[in-house]
Amino acid sequence: MSRIREAFSDKKAFIPFITCGDPDIETTEKIVLAAAENGADLIELGIPFSDPTAEGPVIMEADSRALEAGTTTDDVFLLTARLREKLAIPLVYMTYANVVFSYGTEKFAKKAAAAGIDGIILPDVPYEEKGDFEEAFAACGIDLISMIAPTSEDRIAMIAKEARGFLYIVSSLGVTGTRSSITTDIGAMTALIREHTDIPCAVGFGISTPEQARAMAALSDGAIVGSAIIKIIAKYGREAAPHVGEYVRAMAAAAHSA
Amino acid sequence: MTETNGRFGEYGGRYIPETLMNAVIELEEAYNFYKNDPAFNAELTELFDEYAGRPSRLYFAKKMTEDLGGAKIYLKREDLNHTGAHKINNVLGQALLAKKMGKTRLIAETGAGQHGVATATAAALLGMECVVFMGKVDCDRQALNVYKMKLLGAEVVPVTTGTATLKDAVSQAMREWTSRIADTHYCLGSVMGPHPFPTIVRDFQAVISREAREQILEKEGRLPDAVIACVGGGSNAIGSFYHFIPDEGVRLIGCEAAGRGIDTFETAATLNTGRVGIFHGMKSYFCQNEYGQIAPVYSISAGLDYPGIGPEHAYLHDIGRAEYVAVTDEEAVCAFEYLSRTEGIIPAIESAHALAHAVKIAPQMGKDRIIIVTVSGRGDKDCVSVARYRGEDLTES
Repeated sequence: MSRIREAFSDKKAFIPFITCGDPDIETTEKIVLAAAENGADLIELGIPFSDPTAEGPVIMEADSRALEAGTTTDDVFLLTARLREKLAIPLVYMTYANVVFSYGTEKFAKKAAAAGIDGIILPDVPYEEKGDFEEAFAACGIDLISMIAPTSEDRIAMIAKEARGFLYIVSSLGVTGTRSSITTDIGAMTALIREHTDIPCAVGFGISTPEQARAMAALSDGAIVGSAIIKIIAKYGREAAPHVGEYVRAMAAAAHSA
Repeated sequence: MTETNGRFGEYGGRYIPETLMNAVIELEEAYNFYKNDPAFNAELTELFDEYAGRPSRLYFAKKMTEDLGGAKIYLKREDLNHTGAHKINNVLGQALLAKKMGKTRLIAETGAGQHGVATATAAALLGMECVVFMGKVDCDRQALNVYKMKLLGAEVVPVTTGTATLKDAVSQAMREWTSRIADTHYCLGSVMGPHPFPTIVRDFQAVISREAREQILEKEGRLPDAVIACVGGGSNAIGSFYHFIPDEGVRLIGCEAAGRGIDTFETAATLNTGRVGIFHGMKSYFCQNEYGQIAPVYSISAGLDYPGIGPEHAYLHDIGRAEYVAVTDEEAVCAFEYLSRTEGIIPAIESAHALAHAVKIAPQMGKDRIIIVTVSGRGDKDCVSVARYRGEDLTES
């Protein structure tokens, strides 16, 4: 069983997102370890991009801070390798097409695999454009994670049939960021997805409270949280690890109880 | 060329979030229907002719030709269109299409403000809501256009992220579109972004070369030796080139903004300094660093201050059908002043990049040669910043 599959095997998963290099790579390492110790089942590592068009202001600013600190893709590979020595849970990258393409897609895939990454999410690579990326990553044993949005409708079957790793369900219209309520009928979306695949589905975008995490995990196989964690990192900077750990503990408990 | 699956060679595509996929597919289907619909085309032609003032003149610049002493220079006067630039051609087409699709709200990005003003104008005319995203830096250097957009009833949202210029305005408009799709059309201003935008915008702008080709045949009885246009995203250039692409004897020359020079970091000359990447929905050339981070580009011209270029230009560049040269701020400002003095025409600083190249090559060409330069817009909006460039402060008290 793959590490990703295993993360969803006996309970609902809690998946935190952390931007690598915000405020610096050393702090990111501590934060990821704290998240893992406190119940994270899978961790999304963001590779910063100068112009992240799917992100709201919170993650945009995290990307800016990471790039200003001099973070590069090679730094992220080194960080991943160090984390992989200490962690058994799956790690997936979240970044943008140009970060991968510009590095050389095959070269990127090989380095990521050698560092111990399990999957990658590219929000600006939809189903129709995934071919070259999926091929290069699959050759290295890395799952290119597909996304399904509230507007996907007639596209759900097509995407679900070819999905690998887990499916990322985008909870709402718009960009990443916390929301007071999620109005999409997630239950109906997961039911439709289930007709075409048995791979796990996790819901992201807009989740920040334990109640939301529990509700979204109950309707799917897991909850993904990004902006709420980035806000904690923005507030505490180099001292953020224990604060993120504490937050992850509460959120993971909520998701696991769903 | 005809694009296949949204690709021009390897360039183009639709690299956008899943959330927007059905929106661009719906747009493509609607466009494929209406582009062949006689009623739609009759309505658009009437707007072009009666509202925008088409066809635009192909003016023989006699004094400029005599002064330079070489090739005959004709100016394609897109600056004489309503709202003062070629941008209105695309906007009238897209706004009409959006209206047919049942959309009630237009959003747009703008650099110099010309596309924003054109979109606000079409929205006013067709009774639609309008929100324009504009980099904070551009709002400051194009204050007159900000005022015009508000006067026309549009909301102008200053974008403060990144370099606070055109690139960031595009990103913010894309983000806005993902959050509100049902009633909203993203009226993209150039031949860029995800398919079908590069094709739609090119088709609406192709009116420039359709007219120019007929006009030059009528005036000179032959095709020109060169067509010159400025290139940011590349909409007036592709519009100026399109119907000349099959005419192999016609040189097609795009003028990129070199800013302070292509050997400096303060440049926006994408094909001269960038490399292939994927950004803003398309595969094309981009100014970027070794890790694919998009470069903070610079040009005196807010309309050319963009780190990418439309995918069809990338293709024409690679196959050698069009050539792309770099023109500095200084050269553009000199051409801005030169056309004003010589022909009594104040061109947009964007268009001045194309004029600067004509000034450079016309004297090296024989008097029996013909050049068409597209004056994509008029220069009222640029007087303050050019004066500032020359050390003069025009602030009215």
